[in-house]
Amino acid sequence: MLDTSEGYVTEDGRQIGGVLMEMRDITLKFGGVTAINDISFDIREGEIRAIIGPNGAGKSSMLNIISGFYTPTIGELWYKGAKRPPMKPFEVARMGVARTFQNIALFEGMSVLDNVMTGRLTHMKAGVFSQALWWGKARDEEIANREKVEKVIDFLEIQNIRKTPVGRLPYGLKKRVELARALAAEPSILLLDEPMAGMNVEEKEDMSRFILDVNDEFGTTIALIEHDMGVVMDLSDRVVVMDYGKKIGDGTPDEVRGNQDVIDAYLGVSH
Amino acid sequence: MLYRTAGQFKTSYEADQALFPVKQDAFLLGIIMLFALVIFPLTASEFAFQTMLIPVMIYALAALGLNILTGFAGQLSLGTGAFMGVGAYACYKMVTLMPWMNPIVAILLSGFFSAGVGVMFGIPSLRIKGFYLAIATLAAQFFLVWLFEKWAWLYNYNASGAIQVPNLDIFGVYVTGPQADSMVQYYVVLGIVALMTMLCINLTRGTLGRTWKATRDMDIAAELIGINLMKSKLTAFAISSYIVGVAGALYVFMWKGAAEPNLFDIPLSFQVLFIAIIGGLGSVLGNYLGAILIVGLPVVLNLLPGALGLSISSAMVEHLNIMIVGSLIVFFLIVEPHGLNQLWRLIREKLIIWPFPH
Repeated sequence: MLDTSEGYVTEDGRQIGGVLMEMRDITLKFGGVTAINDISFDIREGEIRAIIGPNGAGKSSMLNIISGFYTPTIGELWYKGAKRPPMKPFEVARMGVARTFQNIALFEGMSVLDNVMTGRLTHMKAGVFSQALWWGKARDEEIANREKVEKVIDFLEIQNIRKTPVGRLPYGLKKRVELARALAAEPSILLLDEPMAGMNVEEKEDMSRFILDVNDEFGTTIALIEHDMGVVMDLSDRVVVMDYGKKIGDGTPDEVRGNQDVIDAYLGVSH
Repeated sequence: MLYRTAGQFKTSYEADQALFPVKQDAFLLGIIMLFALVIFPLTASEFAFQTMLIPVMIYALAALGLNILTGFAGQLSLGTGAFMGVGAYACYKMVTLMPWMNPIVAILLSGFFSAGVGVMFGIPSLRIKGFYLAIATLAAQFFLVWLFEKWAWLYNYNASGAIQVPNLDIFGVYVTGPQADSMVQYYVVLGIVALMTMLCINLTRGTLGRTWKATRDMDIAAELIGINLMKSKLTAFAISSYIVGVAGALYVFMWKGAAEPNLFDIPLSFQVLFIAIIGGLGSVLGNYLGAILIVGLPVVLNLLPGALGLSISSAMVEHLNIMIVGSLIVFFLIVEPHGLNQLWRLIREKLIIWPFPH
């Protein structure tokens, strides 16, 4: 297995840094059901890390632990070199963890621009009175953040729909707006829960390109869950494979592809 | 053609985020303000002030307050009437305990009391949503009206159990009480309502507005992108109740002149809720349109038979009135379930692209 203790260089020559987030012996139980069973892995700075596995393997639960929606029953989560205490999801988001959702979770009553601006809420600090008067800090913040948001809109090529209510958009664009909202937060780590689910080939290609560009241009660390194996193997630097809540493989796409447990989990094994 | 936006270029984000990105909107508002500030006061009779101009604005303000909570932040409330009552009683206690106090300052301060009470009754919203929350606010409604009745200190141990608005002046001009002139009261109401509306427009288009709308549209996603739901909901309760409280103080001090506890009972809550729903949840303008329809229209309809020279008994007029207003409400809700505001927005959109269909 690839030695990753001090960072490494990927096949395409990118330098991957030290550990950004580390899961240590995570177990998650819902009553008698063990959704995640003693899993440890790390996510390094600047890498694209995939979590794969059959349905019900516990991938989304893992992501929900990272974003603070679930608290692990046992285990620790280390982030930027410090153990993360139990936190509310909004506090986790403020520490630089942004995410998208498996089923699109946009704010349907708002325009694209407002949705992406909402992604920057964690950066806005103006008080109520300043906001009510639209004067001073609130107005300056609004304009400064609008500029940042426009950069993201530009980057994801959704300029022409910026004032459209989100409810009117087709599925593929909604997914892109959701990515824009997460990116607008300028996260240190971006969690993508099945970013390509339900897309056609062309949309998948677009989305893959955006994910690579985000990683390349902003240096954002990305952890993603995806079912399309072709996409996962092409995009990611390292892959964690889960099955029935256990980790059955961890390594580069090539290592994982050759792992007997992984092949068994995906193809089935005769008992 | 009147609404054509061609040629209005924006070269900065500041211009794009201005209050009136389309010039015609500002022009239209200018005309409305001209009517409100000059033409109405010059032409209106005492009757028009008391039955149309003042109540429409006060109801619109109350609906605006409710709309912040229900329309923007998505927290259903049935306690508006009681929160208006808190504002009214707080204002009454302040001006009777401190007679030297400027009545306008008292009205603006009384909102803080209802904001406090609103936040207290808003705490259940952290755990429950939708209809269940509505029931919790209904409890506030019953409890507060009961309190207004039983807590004699609130109405200064008055034998009648009602509050009577005293004559109060600012620099010698009576603003409240029986001696106040309707036109003066009208201007006070107009000033306060316009100020509140302005603040609300700014709040709802800024950071706080987005926080509320995100909470309304999808609370789990909102929390996961960094919104503190507790703060979002409680600020909505506080600001909404503040405005509703000010509206309640205006309701009694600038319009009714006296109030009994049952004035703030459920029918008032429902009336304000109707205005907010028919005007359009999640809008500012809609509250005014809704108030005109629900408060203003019946008055006009009452006058209509007389103006047309028809001799119909007043009881008959009253019945017809209820039927007409009721069917209009149903009609508007069928035509545009999202309220009068949405109707206006569609008309405006069509006007902008007229004479082309797209």
